[in-house]
Amino acid sequence: MPAVSKGDGMRGLAVFISDIRNCKSKEAEIKRINKELANIRSKFKGDKALDGYSKKKYVCKLLFIFLLGHDIDFGHMEAVNLLSSNKYTEKQIGYLFISVLVNSNSDLIRLINNAIKNDLASRNPTFMNLALHCIANVGSREMAEAFASDIPNILVAGDTMDSVKQSAALCLLRLNRTSPDLVPMGEWTARVVHLLNDQHLGVVTAATSLITTLAQKNPDDFKTAIVLAVARLSRIVTSASIDLQDYTYYFVAAPWLSVKLFRLLQCYPPPEDGALRSRLTECLETVLNKAQEPPKSKKVQHSNAKNAVLFEAISLIIHHDSEPTLLVRACNQLGQFLQHRETNLRYLALESMCTLASSEFSHEAVKTHMETVINALKTERDVSVRQRAVDLLYAMCDRSNAKQIVAEMLSYLETADYSIREEIVLKVAILAEKYAVDYTWYVDTILNLIRIAGDYVSEEVWYRVIQIVINRDDVQGYAAKTVFEALQAPACHENLVKVGGYILGEFGNLIAGDPRSSPLVQFNLLHSKFHLCSVPTRALLLSAYIKFINLFPEVKATIQDVLRSDSQLRNSDVELQQRAVEYLRLSCIASTDILATVLEEMPPFPERESSILAKLKKKKGQSALPDIDDSRRNVNGSTEHSEITDTTNKSSPSLLKDLLATNRPRPSSFSPIMHFARTMDSTPSFTDMLSLSSAPTAGASLLVDVFSDSSTLTSVDVSEEHFPRFVCKNNGVIYENQLLQIGLKSEYRQNLGRMYIFYGNKTSTQLLSFTTSVTTNDVLKTQLNVHAKAVDTIVEGGAQVQQILNIECLSDFKDAPVLGIQFRYGGTLQNIAVKLPVMLNKFFQTTEMTSQEFFQRWKQLGAPQQEVQKIFKANHPMDTDVTKAKILGFGVALLDGVDPNPANFVGAGVIHTKNTQVGCLLRLEPNTQAQMYRLTLRTSREPVSQRLCELLSDQF
Amino acid sequence: MMRFLLLFSRQGKLRLQKWFTPMSDREKKKIIRDMTTMVLARQPRSCNFLHWKDLKIIYKRYASLYFCLAVENQENELLALEVIHRYVELLDKYFGNVCELDIIFNFEKAYFILDEFLMGGEIQETSKQIVNRSIEASDMLQETMEEYMSKPAF
Repeated sequence: MPAVSKGDGMRGLAVFISDIRNCKSKEAEIKRINKELANIRSKFKGDKALDGYSKKKYVCKLLFIFLLGHDIDFGHMEAVNLLSSNKYTEKQIGYLFISVLVNSNSDLIRLINNAIKNDLASRNPTFMNLALHCIANVGSREMAEAFASDIPNILVAGDTMDSVKQSAALCLLRLNRTSPDLVPMGEWTARVVHLLNDQHLGVVTAATSLITTLAQKNPDDFKTAIVLAVARLSRIVTSASIDLQDYTYYFVAAPWLSVKLFRLLQCYPPPEDGALRSRLTECLETVLNKAQEPPKSKKVQHSNAKNAVLFEAISLIIHHDSEPTLLVRACNQLGQFLQHRETNLRYLALESMCTLASSEFSHEAVKTHMETVINALKTERDVSVRQRAVDLLYAMCDRSNAKQIVAEMLSYLETADYSIREEIVLKVAILAEKYAVDYTWYVDTILNLIRIAGDYVSEEVWYRVIQIVINRDDVQGYAAKTVFEALQAPACHENLVKVGGYILGEFGNLIAGDPRSSPLVQFNLLHSKFHLCSVPTRALLLSAYIKFINLFPEVKATIQDVLRSDSQLRNSDVELQQRAVEYLRLSCIASTDILATVLEEMPPFPERESSILAKLKKKKGQSALPDIDDSRRNVNGSTEHSEITDTTNKSSPSLLKDLLATNRPRPSSFSPIMHFARTMDSTPSFTDMLSLSSAPTAGASLLVDVFSDSSTLTSVDVSEEHFPRFVCKNNGVIYENQLLQIGLKSEYRQNLGRMYIFYGNKTSTQLLSFTTSVTTNDVLKTQLNVHAKAVDTIVEGGAQVQQILNIECLSDFKDAPVLGIQFRYGGTLQNIAVKLPVMLNKFFQTTEMTSQEFFQRWKQLGAPQQEVQKIFKANHPMDTDVTKAKILGFGVALLDGVDPNPANFVGAGVIHTKNTQVGCLLRLEPNTQAQMYRLTLRTSREPVSQRLCELLSDQF
Repeated sequence: MMRFLLLFSRQGKLRLQKWFTPMSDREKKKIIRDMTTMVLARQPRSCNFLHWKDLKIIYKRYASLYFCLAVENQENELLALEVIHRYVELLDKYFGNVCELDIIFNFEKAYFILDEFLMGGEIQETSKQIVNRSIEASDMLQETMEEYMSKPAF
């Protein structure tokens, strides 16, 4: 045991820890722990009331056991009891246990809140600090509700001790982060700003953290902080004689506070006031000058603290992006660091220069360091430094140096660490595309990429090269020739085969004149790779073959022979087999004209953000956000649909789908139709599904949905999974399991609606005794009339039947009808229940109005119960177009030019029910910085406002 | 803001964990695993910074212990390094030449010291004197409670 005599020293605890450390094996440790747990449990349960000391000791032991990684399921109550002890150490252990072990949704929160309330009211600073710490540590919503309004008072009260002020500021900051809507802005905010003037530097530091966070969200409310922050900063940075006592850290004056003040200033543009601006510039210059002075200490702490301030000052200079001289000085300073012997500084210089590269003032200055950076790529021993070098090269790349940088990156790729290869591949692909003057260079670069790092070339990259080749006819011939030559290599990467198959299938005719690349030679070359490839590639090659049949009638017989062989026609893979069968059949029965139409050259892809760029963004930290493609697809159908999501989680059909059909519904592309006919093979349903295109893209969106192998629910519980998806759209798949797929198409006019339900039998056998029923609960019955037409009792294998529902809205409602389905499959009775997406907003009619009319009505609907407001976090990327589409899909008219802030959305509509009409105004304010929205709804009826708010706020 | 601080040994044994945002036990375990493998695999004299998901990881080794601090993307790495150093100084001052065993046997003290220094993922008090004074004050409170001393062990 170590000789620690500090504190009270709970001997029992020390003995226990020693025992654990002496355990020779994991088993022995678990045995010892179980023994201890049994002992503690019996003590806690025992008749004899435990004194505070014992309770504290046992709670502490439990905590230790938990920190070893074992689960603890008791003792919480005892810990809560300790909170109300008037002995500091007991209280302290109780709070520690709670902050480590109690998660935010515990049912003990109310008891804990009680104890906290007492401690906050105790006026004992030590106890108050413990309580504030606990709130900050747990930070649950319930705690925020209980205390968010008290803490500002503690913070600004004149008689609060400094240490409590510090805790209160940071506690408030924490609550503002977790539950911003509960922290009321108010009179205290102005007083908080004045804490920047406080005597106590600890208070200033804590307050600066709080103000920075608040200012990020509401910059206008905290503008006064700029003057105070500059003044404070200037006093710290420029006056040499000031004595900051213990806030000087290794000869650097208050580095933490300086950095925080610089950060606070980064919430704002450069000050407009000339005097203030020059004072700030003076500060920044002083910091830059100090970097050139000899160090006051050899300790690394000194240089770290000093450079921390320097880097933060540079960040502010970059943020302002307005003083060319400062920007160039910053760049030169970073240039010095690029060759510094400290790895940390080289790393940070590379990182910081990345942002400098994007400023027009310093871009050229950054470029002068290119050789150094390329050298870093070759010589740095640390992979994370090399990665920063790659980032910087990417950032400094422009038309003038693109060829050199791409070449350097390609050559680095040959030896690059596996962990960063994929990212380098993406970057090279993007730069090559962005700065391609002649596209032959682009094609060469991508093929080189595949050659050097084929395994790291993701699908996005080779999709992209194909998109570009298809869209630019000046490069098609070159591309065909180049892939043809590349395919000559005895061993080539499968990605090359994919690109080759696709490009030759489309543009092989452009090189077929040369006898060295005659159609037959091309075909044989491709087919020689066939057997080495995976199923998706083979599927793609089969598509290339059928394209060949159209392009070159002279090889038709050869290809038909290949398709006819047993290895194709009877392939064990269903996708390959099906393609072989269908293509063979198509080539036999279709006339040349039909073949030419069906197999026409692919039309150009619509221009849009490069899918590679999206992928890179995704890799770079936006991963926390939910899938962008998913949200877009829901609203816009397939126009925004990109390859990323589908290809990663689906198998072969998606491959074909992505390349041949995703970007828009194309009559000329045959495969989706074939797929389609297969899935839903009865003719009426087929037309039904295709005629869904009320919006130009809806048909395609259904296509996508049809193929998505989503959930396989089997329980009888009411399925609500897809319900929210239908708030802003009317068509799609509402339910799917292995047996059955249910698609919906609905139309609404005023208070009436009609819903077409399509039941698709996914199996090859009949579904018998097929019955459906629509139920509404007692309340809903009086609000909504739903009438279902009868449906056939047998659904043939692979077939689809349709059912029509007529819906009438009598008055506003909240619940949704439930569709029950019953059938027999293979002798067992199947029960399915699905919540039908009949929602109040479906009965919207849009209302166009002028800005004046809008505000007039807005004012009329000003009673407190008529307005509902909700602030919520964005669950999807905050894309203006997607948001617009969702609001339109919700059913209201989007009113332009009403809101003074163009970033906000304003809508208006009328809900039609049989009994009444309810006008509705809507305002949605995005805050991209905080990733939050505020939604405000005003209607004449409170329940309508409530319900609409619930429905819409889940959509963003 | 800081997201979490982990202390672990060269063998990857976790000695202290502090989370500044709520997280499920499963997430915590995964992060602990990721951090120990990532940091322990680093070559000596590499730089002290790593990117991990959308966070910056700043780590430093003191004797047998690794200190590993995760901060949000816009935070200052060098200063984060000094946050670690300041915490080591505080431990050192309290225990007198702190070693790994001190932190094992007095883990609750290590937490209390950290709580005086950091709060809600932000720095609360950078002055060593003030932090030390408040820790000593709480020890004083403790030591005056004589009744504790007379209790039998266990």
